Amino acid sequence: MTNVISEIRKDYLYNLVLKGSRGDARKFDEYREISIERDVIRKAEGSARVKLGLSQVLVGVKMQPGEPFPDSPNRGVIITNAELVPLASPTFEPGPPNEVGIELARVVDRGVRESKAVDLEALCIVPGKQVWIIFIDVHILDDCGNILDASSLGAIAALLSTKVPASKFGLGEDYQLPIRDIPIATTAIEFSDVLMFDPDVDEESIANTKLTVISTADGNICGMQKSGKGTLKPEQVYRIVDIACERAKEIREKFLEV
Amino acid sequence: MIAMDESNISFFKDGCRLDGRKADQLRPLKIEVGVLARADGSCYIEMGGNKVIAAVYGPREVHPRHLQEVTRAIVRYRYNMASFSVEERKRPGPDRRSYELSKVSREALEPVILTSYFPRSVIDVFVEVLQADAGTRTAGINAASVALADAGIPMKSLISSCAAGKVADTIVLDPMKEEDNFGQADLPVAMTPNGDITLLQMDGGLSPAELHEAVEMAMNGCRQIYELQRKSLVDKYSQLESLSQVPEQEAEACD
Repeated sequence: MTNVISEIRKDYLYNLVLKGSRGDARKFDEYREISIERDVIRKAEGSARVKLGLSQVLVGVKMQPGEPFPDSPNRGVIITNAELVPLASPTFEPGPPNEVGIELARVVDRGVRESKAVDLEALCIVPGKQVWIIFIDVHILDDCGNILDASSLGAIAALLSTKVPASKFGLGEDYQLPIRDIPIATTAIEFSDVLMFDPDVDEESIANTKLTVISTADGNICGMQKSGKGTLKPEQVYRIVDIACERAKEIREKFLEV
Repeated sequence: MIAMDESNISFFKDGCRLDGRKADQLRPLKIEVGVLARADGSCYIEMGGNKVIAAVYGPREVHPRHLQEVTRAIVRYRYNMASFSVEERKRPGPDRRSYELSKVSREALEPVILTSYFPRSVIDVFVEVLQADAGTRTAGINAASVALADAGIPMKSLISSCAAGKVADTIVLDPMKEEDNFGQADLPVAMTPNGDITLLQMDGGLSPAELHEAVEMAMNGCRQIYELQRKSLVDKYSQLESLSQVPEQEAEACD
C-alpha cells in the first residue's frame, strides 16, 4: 500500500518549491528538530528513542553469546532488523517485512558495518566457537517521513548506550560496548530539480528519487543508497554528498559526541 | 573458509590487476538476445565470470488483481541466485539481499519504461544468476534492459550498469570477486545513455574526491556497455530483417 496524497496538496507543495520554500517553512537543506533519549528500555542492553520532527523510532540492542559465521571465526556478529509495525502508518501492514522494511534494515546495517563502528574482533569470546551477537532491532513508531535517518541515528545512539551483558552469561563483568565511529545517514529527495533534505511524509510521496548518504566522523562516505523510480544527475549526487557530510557533522557533534 | 586475508593480498602486478586488466578496464562482455523461446523477451549475458539470464513477460494481466494500477503498468523484478552459482551452496529462494537487489534493480529500470502505455497490466522481469563473480546486480540490470527491448516494451532508452570499486587505495572499474571481497569499497551504478543515474549504491569507505572519481569511472563503464547492448540488439534484428524478405517475395508470387 502506498501513501495517497491529494492533487491539491501536491500542487501546493510544487508551488512552494517554485518559491523556494517547503510545507513547514524549512530551508531545503534544513533538518527538522531532533531529540534522542537513550536507555529508555531497561530490559535491552542498549536503546534509544529518536524523534525527528514528528517521526518516532525506537531502537533496541540485545546481545547474547552465539556461534560465529564460519568465514569469520574470530568476529562478533551484527544482525539488524526493522519492524514497520502497523501502528506507525496507515500504509504499514502486519506480517513479515516487505521490501521497504528489508531495505531500511539493510541500509541501517550498512552504516554500522561499513563504518566499522563496532570492533567485531573485540567481541570474540572463544575463537571459532563463541562470539557476541548484537541484535539491532528498529521499531518504527510513527512514520512522518525520513524514518531511515531516524532509524540509523537510533541504531548508533543505542549502540553507544550498550553495555555488554557479560555477567548474565557468566563471562565476567559487564562492560561498555566499545564504539569506534559514529556513522550518520542523511537523506535527500529530488523534486522538480530541487534537492530537499530530511523529507516529511508528503515530500516523500511527491518525490521520484531519494538518495541516502552515510558518512563517518572523518568526513568519508561509508554507504549510499538511491531509491525511488527517478533519476539523478551526477552533479546532483555530488551536491547531496557535500551537504550530507556537513549535516552529518552537525548532527554528530550536537547529539552523539560527549 | 577464506584462504586469503586483507593484509597479505596484492591486487596489482606490474600495474595490472590480478586478471591482467588495467584499472579502468571492463571484464570481457558477451550479450546474446532472444535466448528463450517462451519469454516475450530474453537476454543472456556474461560479464567476466558472471553468467546471468533475464526474461521479460508482458505486458500481461496482473495477478493478484489488487496490485493493478489504473493509470499505468506495474513493473515486477525478481533477482534470483541459483543455489550452485556461488562457492558455498546458497539456500534456494529469496533472502533479504535478493529482496533489496530486486527493489533497487526494478527502480533502476522503471525510469525509462513507458508504463502509462499499459494501464492495469504488469511487466514481469525475471533475472536468474547462474554463475556469480561479483557484479551480479549490474549484469542482471544490463541483461534485463536488453530483454525489455527484445520484448518490445516501449522505453525511453536502454539502461546500462557497472560498478566501480576501491582496492589497495586505487579506484578500479568492474571489480571481480577477489577485489569485491577484499576491497575497500564497492559502488554499483546504472544509468541512461544521457548520464541520468538510475541506480546508485555504495558500501565501504571513500573520501568525497574518491567518490567523485568512482562515479565517473563507473559511468564510463556504463557507456561502453551501452554500445555493446545496442549492437547486440541491432545484430539480432537486422538478421530478422533479411529473413523477412523471403516471405514477402513469396507473397508477391501468390498475387
